[in-house]
This record gives sequence, structure tokens and C-alpha cells, in this order.
Amino acid sequence: MSLAATFPARGGAPFKNGAPPRAARTWRNPSALPGFGLSLGFTLFYLSAIVLVPLAALVIRPWELGWSGFWDAVGNARVLHALKLSFGGAAIAAAINSVFGLIVAWVLVRYRFPGKRIVDALVDLPFALPTAVAGIALSALYARNGWLGAPLEAMGIHIAYTPLGVVLALTFIGLPFVVRTLQPILSELSRESEEAAATLGATRFQTMRRVILPMLSPALLTGTAMAFARAVGEYGSVIFIAGNLPGISEIAPLLIIIKLNENDYAGAAAIGVIMLAASFVMLLALNLLQAWASARR
Amino acid sequence: MTRFFSALAAIALFVSSTAQAADITLLNVSYDPTRELYKAVNAAFAADWKAKHGDNVTINQSHNGSGAQSRAIIDGLDADVATLALAYDIDAIAAKGLIAKNWQSRLPQGATPYTSTIVFLVRKGNPWKIKDWLDLIKPGISVITPNPKTSGGARWAFLAAWAYALKAPGGNADKAKAFVAALYHHVPVLDTGARGSTTTFVQRGIGDVLLSWENEAHLALKEQGGDQFQIVYPPVSILAEPPVSVVDKNVDRHGTRAVAEAYLNFLYSKPAQEIEARNFYRPRDAAVLAAHAADFPKITLYNFAELFGDWQKAQATYFADKGVFDQIYKPGQ
Amino acid sequence: MKVIFRPRGPTRDHPLLRWSLTGIALGFIGLFLVLPLATVFTEALGEGWRAALDAITDPEAQSAIRLTLLAAAIAVPLNALFGIAASWAVAKFDFWGKGFLVTLIDLPFSISPVVSGLIYVLMFGLQGWFGDTLRDHDIKIIFALPGIVLATIFVTFPFVARELIPLMTDQGRDEEEAAVSLGAGGFSTFRRVTLPNIKWGLLYGVLLCNARAMGEFGAVSVVSGHIRGLTDTMPLHIEALYNDYHYSAAFAVATLLALLALVTLALKSLLEWRYADEISAVHHH
Repeated sequence: MSLAATFPARGGAPFKNGAPPRAARTWRNPSALPGFGLSLGFTLFYLSAIVLVPLAALVIRPWELGWSGFWDAVGNARVLHALKLSFGGAAIAAAINSVFGLIVAWVLVRYRFPGKRIVDALVDLPFALPTAVAGIALSALYARNGWLGAPLEAMGIHIAYTPLGVVLALTFIGLPFVVRTLQPILSELSRESEEAAATLGATRFQTMRRVILPMLSPALLTGTAMAFARAVGEYGSVIFIAGNLPGISEIAPLLIIIKLNENDYAGAAAIGVIMLAASFVMLLALNLLQAWASARR
Repeated sequence: MTRFFSALAAIALFVSSTAQAADITLLNVSYDPTRELYKAVNAAFAADWKAKHGDNVTINQSHNGSGAQSRAIIDGLDADVATLALAYDIDAIAAKGLIAKNWQSRLPQGATPYTSTIVFLVRKGNPWKIKDWLDLIKPGISVITPNPKTSGGARWAFLAAWAYALKAPGGNADKAKAFVAALYHHVPVLDTGARGSTTTFVQRGIGDVLLSWENEAHLALKEQGGDQFQIVYPPVSILAEPPVSVVDKNVDRHGTRAVAEAYLNFLYSKPAQEIEARNFYRPRDAAVLAAHAADFPKITLYNFAELFGDWQKAQATYFADKGVFDQIYKPGQ
Repeated sequence: MKVIFRPRGPTRDHPLLRWSLTGIALGFIGLFLVLPLATVFTEALGEGWRAALDAITDPEAQSAIRLTLLAAAIAVPLNALFGIAASWAVAKFDFWGKGFLVTLIDLPFSISPVVSGLIYVLMFGLQGWFGDTLRDHDIKIIFALPGIVLATIFVTFPFVARELIPLMTDQGRDEEEAAVSLGAGGFSTFRRVTLPNIKWGLLYGVLLCNARAMGEFGAVSVVSGHIRGLTDTMPLHIEALYNDYHYSAAFAVATLLALLALVTLALKSLLEWRYADEISAVHHH
């Protein structure tokens, strides 16, 4: 779950533990607990040193090209196509994950079957497995002479070195997000609404569509958005299976590396800024979505 | 008494020898396919230096695409020597002041101790009957070559194809451009480096022909089995000249200039030229080349400088943003 | 074994639906998770046990393993410390800009690893902001261990914090406030009251942080110098072996990381199972 899910919008409902509503608009509420200065200070220092200052270096760099230079760097067809592939591929992968992730989460929470615990543990594999290992494994699996690649090849379906391969790798990466976001919600879902719907004569399908799914949709959206955000910038697992053909199967992170190697730092930073901005906007949208969803409840 | 003096002498000798034996470390930043070559060369040089000066020399290697390595050195990778795929990549380092501008004239033959060329690697039996560059654009054929934007070898391959079309009877720049455009439309995957392309062709089974460094092709045969592939030498190709240089700023800071320069000079010596020939790089030494003539068929090798001038011009014309490669490689085609 | 003709409650799904959904779910998991994992192990043994073991005991592989362990050993505790500090500040106090801070903490999670490496090159590379100063003092950051550690820290930055912040927020402040009113000092309160409550969250966060730290590829690839035996971490060494035509060797070293991943998952599962009661107790405060 996104961190900001726990915080209602400013000026919203007070905290669960009964902190008193703010009387005046001081920047912080007085508290009996010690350690605020130390913990916040260290947090801000660490955050700035590791994240903010280096990101500033990224954001500042492209502007040595000037505005027109910046748009030149990112507006050309090759860059646009790479961005389209990275974002588009991530979107398709996230969509696949939302459908199948929902099914997997449902099955894991509602049903019992032998080996369930193992399957449950395995869902976290993309989190724990290094991206490079996933990359070479996927590329070996779907290559022309791979276990899956060979039969697919016989059917005329090319996976490795095509955008399809990119989508597959991105699906792998995003798999745990949807499942892990849905599982806690599903397990806490009270059966009462379902039972009520059943007593009112709804078929199971209607119940699913009108009762259960709406209750799940905030979490489902969150999980899908997170899978998307993760997939957009993915490099290690995709680079071994992507074809890297400019305009066809070249992902945006690879383009950054290519530009770096051409000594075009500003161009590389420009693409980096675009991707950073997109991530930031997505995170913001996600937080707003969460706030709206929790306000609804 | 004599025993005392001989003991003293022994101690003196021991002390002086250990006092003189320093431990020197060099970093050789090189391009993709030269791993095996420099493993062998470094061992030979270390032995040679130890015999002459008594110091222990360790040479660390870094390998990546030539352009990537050039960029890394510019960004601060502490290379003592740079042994890259094309002069342009070393020029880029010189432009930033890390290497003297006259680097190419400091060593014999334009600072290239060995040369290579671009050949074709095909599946055993040569099912597509590939003999010449024109065969590469047969309908339905699939050609593997790396991305010229990131790979030195790929740039040589591009220029070799261009040179072929340019020098063919009735050839001119427009025809060359059309030929190269057609060629790249037959390429299904562009790896970032020469090794990546070889892996794609040899291991993953993609493509019908690989445009490869000569040494890479031989290495592939050796490592992957000569029963699956064979090398086809086109009648013409380009003379690829991978240059070497010390990185002046770094060696002066480290105090390793003497060793680094000796290392590069060693590359021209007979033992090193022999190692290079054994690793399928064409040695500059005529005698060594003659001894290995069976491995290096004589084909017409076009000279880069004659056809393309200098690398600044070539890079700007063909490989830079909006250059010829960008023009022929329109997205989605 | 469920019997088909058992009377169904209103919230139970039709058996046909159950079986098809289960089949689809298992098929999906099998296709996307199990098969790639199995590929790693079978390819590793492609040239036999001996060759695989040789690949792992090779000096360059050993040095890559050491470098990976070292980078993780530095990055994970630092990020854990940060996670604790951040969640203390965020969960136990109210202040303006808290939501924004939390969004910033989440940021590295959705930044491309390549960008994560790029930013340190832009800062510490010779052409970057501090490049000349560093060179004058002969301090090496990029293309050396510090650069690798920095990139690793950046990429695994939010893991512990993401785990602890919701947890500590959920748990509220009552216990800590009670302890303070009874006269306990700050660290004492933390040590005796907070820490026992968050230990499982902390452990999960550290486990995932560690797995990611050891496996990071993209970011480290940009800042490493690819110097064999010196600045190659395990993932980079795997790539190097792959590029050297030593495919089985590459997969053999990859097996180590895959095994690490499996151990991480197993530990997480084991802890969840054995301490399920404790965990649910601290979650629903």
C-alpha cells in the first residue's frame, strides 16, 4: 500500500487514535513524545543527501540545452517511440497483472488447495529475485530454442526481441504489486454484504460485479498503478529480451544509456527528467486517489 | 671470515632486491571482444617486466562497448591505458584534456599495434549462399549486427558496407546510402555491443548471418563449435584499426607513466604480436603475419582515412544525432 | 477433499468456478514465476555440477560475491536506521508537509534504476558537480565502492520505511505516551515499547531490502567501472560471464542469487506462519 494512504487529506478527519483536532495552524502539533527534532532532522538529512540533491543534479542538467534544446532532445521520433514502448508496455503489463492478480489474490484468500502456502510465498519472487537473473532466465525461456519459445515459434509467435517479450518481462516484474495490495483487503472483506446480496436474490455473478468489485476497486487501482510505476523504468529484466531496435523495441532506459555513451549527458538527463516527472505525477495521482477513496468510506 | 662476508652479501642482495621490487597496478580499459587477448598479453607483459625490472605488475581489465568505455574514462574511470575500437573514442577523451592531442603520433602506425576487419559468420553449409555484401540484402534474409551508436565494431561494419557500395562499379554516395539502408532493414535486433550480437546469433539462434569482427568470428568457432558455423570472407572489407593510448592525466597522477608506456610498446613486440595473431587479430609485424597467413586470408581492405577522412567527420556524418544512421533507421520501419 | 454436492453457502463460489479460477491462477503463477526460476537451475547445470561449482569458486566470482555482500552490509543497516527514524517522525508526530515527505520517501521506488545510477554520475563524475574537487583530493566515488554503495542505497531506500510507517501509524502513540508519562526517556521508550511492536515489520523490511540490494543491476551497472575482479558485483559478473559465452557459468552464479531469493521468501513465510498471532495483534491496535 502506498505510504500516503494512511494520511487523510489535510484538514480531514482526525487520526484514529484520537489526537485532538488542530486548534491553530501551527506547523506541528505539540506532542509529549521526545525525539522529534532528532528523527525528523536525520530523516531530512538522509533524504536530501541520498535522494534530493542527486535528483536536483538530474533536473538541472538538461537546461544547459535551453528550452528548445530540451524539447529537441525529447521530442524526436526515436525518443518518443522509446517512451511510448516503456509506458505502453508497462500499461499493458499492468493491465494483465490487474486481471490475473485479482484472480490469484481471490484464489489465495478464498480457496484452499494443497501447496497454497508455497504459491503464496512465490508471489513475492519478483521482489526478491535480481532483475538481471530474471532477465537472462526469461530470455533463455522465450528464445527460439527455449522451452516456451520453441513451441511458440512453431506457431508463428515471436516473443524474444519483440515488444511482446518486453511486455512479458514487465508482467513478471509487476506481478506481486496487485496481489499483495489486494490480499489484506480481501481477507478483511466482511461476508455480510455478500450474504445480504444473496438474500436479496442476486446471483453470484451479480454479487461479484456490484458488491465485491466496487469494494476492491481502490486497492485494485492502487496495485495496478504501482505495478505500472515499477514497470516503466525497468531495465535489468527487459534488456536481455528486448530487441533494442530503435523505433520498434528500444526501451527508454536503454536510450538513456545510449545517450550517455554518446557523451550526450544533457540528452540523457532530459529523458531521465521526463521519466522522473511521470513517476512523480503518478505517485501524486495515486495519493490523491487513496485520499479520495478513504474519504468515501 | 668468507662465510661472514657471503652472508652479508646475501643479506644485502635480499634487502636490495626486496627494496626494489615494487607492486604496480595498471588499469587497462578496453572494448568488448578483447577479453581473451588481454588476459594473455597481460600475463606475458607481467613476466617480461618482472624479468627486466623485478617489479610485480598487475593489470586490471575493464571491458564494455568502446563508446561506453570512452564515456566512463571521461567520467572519471581511472584508466592508465585506453585500448579502444576506434580513434574517435580516444579523440573524445583527448577533447576533454585527459589525453594529449598528439596521442596518435606517439606510437607506430597511428597507435594501432594490430588491425582487424569485418567478416561474415554464417550457419554451417552456408544455406543462404552468402559470398559478398550484396547477398546480405537478399529477400527474407536476417542480418545480425550491433548498434552503431554504442558499438565500435558496429561502426566499422556500417562503414565497411558503405565502402563496398561506394567502391562497387558505378557506385556513389547515394547508392551507398540506399544499400546500407536496405541492409539495416534486414536487422531484427540491435545489441549494444559486439559480444551481445554474437550471443544473439550463436546462442539464441537468431539471424542468418552475423557481421562480426574477424577475431570474434574465429572465437565463436572455437568456443561454440566449428561444426555449426563457418566464416565467409567477402572479397572486400574495411581495415579496422583499433588504437591504444596512455591516459596522460591519470598516469601522471599515479606515477605509472613508465610502466604504461612500456606496456603499450610491448604490444608491438614479437611475443605480443604472436599472442595477437593467435587470438585472430592481424599483427602489424609482417613476419608474424606471414607465419599465420592461413588464418588471415588476403582480401581487399579499404583504408578508412582514404574513404572517410577523419573520425570527427565520419562520426558527425553517419552516427551522430540526425546523421545518416538516424535517417535510414526511421522508427517503426 | 471438497465434495461437489455439499450444500453451498451464499458466499461460496460454484465449484466449477473455483476450479477454473484456481487453475488460471496456478497456471499464471507457473508460467510467470516457476518456469523462469526453473530455467535458472537447469541452465546452470547445463555443463554439469563440476562446471557450475567451478564458476562459483572462480576468483572473480568470489570477489564479486564479496563486493555484493559488502555493499549490502553497508546499505541495508543505513536504510534500516533511516526507516526507523522516518517512521518515528512520521507516525508519532503531526506536522505540516507530512504527506509530501512521505511521497518523497516513496520516490526512489518508482524511478528507473538507470536514472538512479545516472544521478550519481552527474554529481560525482569527473564532468559532474564535484568531480574536480574529488579528483584533487584523490577521492574515488564513481567507478569504485562508494558509488556502488550509494546507488544501492538509493534503490533500496524506501523498503524499510514503507514497511514501518503504516505499521507504526496503525499502532498509535498511546503506549509511548504512557511510557513517557511514567518517566522513560526517548531512547528507552523506543527500545522497550516501540521496538518490540515493530520487530516483525522491521524484519520484513530488512529482508526485502537485502534481497533487492544484493540483486540490483541497472543502477550499479551505470556507476561501476566494470573492472573485472574489482568493481563487478554479482549481477554484473553474471552479465560479464554471459557476454563471455560462459552461459552455464552465468546461470550458476545466478543460482546463488536465486537461492538467496528463495531463502528470503521462505524466511518471510516462516515468520508469518509461526508468529501469525503476534503479528495480527500488533497490526490491529
